[in-house]
Amino acid sequence: MLAMNFRGPFRVRPDYNKPYPEIKHPNDVIVRVTRTCICGSDLHLYHGLVPDTRVGQTFGHEFTGIVEETGPSVEKVKTGDHILVPFNIACGTCVFCKQGLYGNCHESNPEATALGGIFGYSHTAGGYDGGQAEYARVPYADVSPTIIPDWMDIDDAVMLTDVVPTGYQAAEMGGIQKGDTVFIFGAGPIGIMAAKCSWLFGAGRVVVIDELDYRLEFAQKYAQCEVQNFRSLGDPVVFAKKTTDSLGPDVCIDAVGSEASGNISETLLGRKLLLQGGSTTALHWAINSVKKGGIVSIVGVYGPIDSLVPIGNVVNKGITIRANQASVKRLLPRLIEHIRTGVLNPKEMITHRLPLEEIAEGYHMFSKKLDNIIKPVLIPPHARA
Amino acid sequence: MTDVTNPNDFENLRGTERTDIKGWGIDADPENDPTYPMKERTNEEHKGYTWERPAQQQEEQEILRSVERPNLTAVFGTSTPPSGLSGIIRRMAFKYSESSYGRWLPLMLADRIGVVEGIVQDLAHGKIPNIIAERGWQAEWKYNRKAVLKKAAAAAIITTAAIAILMPRKKKKLRLF
Repeated sequence: MLAMNFRGPFRVRPDYNKPYPEIKHPNDVIVRVTRTCICGSDLHLYHGLVPDTRVGQTFGHEFTGIVEETGPSVEKVKTGDHILVPFNIACGTCVFCKQGLYGNCHESNPEATALGGIFGYSHTAGGYDGGQAEYARVPYADVSPTIIPDWMDIDDAVMLTDVVPTGYQAAEMGGIQKGDTVFIFGAGPIGIMAAKCSWLFGAGRVVVIDELDYRLEFAQKYAQCEVQNFRSLGDPVVFAKKTTDSLGPDVCIDAVGSEASGNISETLLGRKLLLQGGSTTALHWAINSVKKGGIVSIVGVYGPIDSLVPIGNVVNKGITIRANQASVKRLLPRLIEHIRTGVLNPKEMITHRLPLEEIAEGYHMFSKKLDNIIKPVLIPPHARA
Repeated sequence: MTDVTNPNDFENLRGTERTDIKGWGIDADPENDPTYPMKERTNEEHKGYTWERPAQQQEEQEILRSVERPNLTAVFGTSTPPSGLSGIIRRMAFKYSESSYGRWLPLMLADRIGVVEGIVQDLAHGKIPNIIAERGWQAEWKYNRKAVLKKAAAAAIITTAAIAILMPRKKKKLRLF
């Protein structure tokens, strides 16, 4: 079958001879992929920043598909069902899943206890092949995978596998109260969605900060928020203080993670020399901007090793930090309702639809931010007919 | 450039109700639990690792396991088992905990060695990796042609200059008379 094949940093190719996936567990299903996205966090793998990313693996943790084959214990879905597959692999029975922490499952990743299993996200996240392929193996089919409602567009459905819940949870973790000022660092798909969702929690002012004007323009239009380019802003922390009467925003969201730019030493240490778990520039700004007693919500992805952050300011300001991988299954019912009522229109964020065969160009475009790309979706050959 | 401010620079720019935004405030939760994201606390973990586990996936290939857990998880991925020199390094790395550099730095090294192993494997199978295609440079040509041409021109100039400087020059014949 056709699948993305990772060959090393900045190198991927379409592999036309990848073996068809097999049922490995009674609760597995095999899906024929209909839509699959390249996520901003896939770029961390693509750029060689995530340890234990092995040559030959297929990436892709955002996908939808039609069930082709089911394991003997599968009850919730059947052959022919069109399902959306949340990016986290969750057993539904461990103590963490039972408490709604589906992104922290204890029965899906033998290779690291800090992280639940994630499709196509290195061996640090369980060593699963992902959905940037014609077919994919989906474990625990009775738990998180969800049948796509008849009325829902597939492009909306694929955005529900990660982008929408992660953006929504970023805002939710911010504990936003009515009238709050929310600063969001990063105008990628997650930051834009976090801005959009901040309004649902009653934010009074939402400001998105990034360095790419085309992304800021998109964010401004899509999420009806203020935008600022930090390249022309000077120090974003000073800007945040100036516009909040020196007190700081109530909530700051880090929607960038390990590849933040804006600080030479952080870029050098975290992105070039790989001596820390990524560049923490956005997190620095979030911690130093937020008001005393405020909340910093982190959904940006960082590597597993130590990272330099101004922890002294966290203590001195009494900041609460909330962070996690999105608990997609927990959030899905609410988010499906938001799409049904038109409160959220995630497919409008998709700017590029590419054939799966053009995977290498897709990664390069997204990595280099070519052609004003916001969100690329890959479509396998059989889904284009 | 300094960050000096004046008292007049500060203002309280706050928003209010945004009734122009569909869905504004519909998920507002004045009692947002500060212990979030653990929304549904049960304290079941107090009992330890005692829950009824899902059926165990069979281990049909080598799976590396974190030293911080007693067993393989009920399911796991089967993509790209460890092999070659990179595999040896990965096995060594997995002898260290997730909080140790002894684990993560060797894994990064193994990843880089794996890239070389991948090229060797390609060649062994009679395949010459098409690095230009794998790096997606066609997209660069399609969407960023001006920059590509600029870089190509700069490279050509530098190469020409380097050749001109490094090329051995003909020595002038000495005139004896």
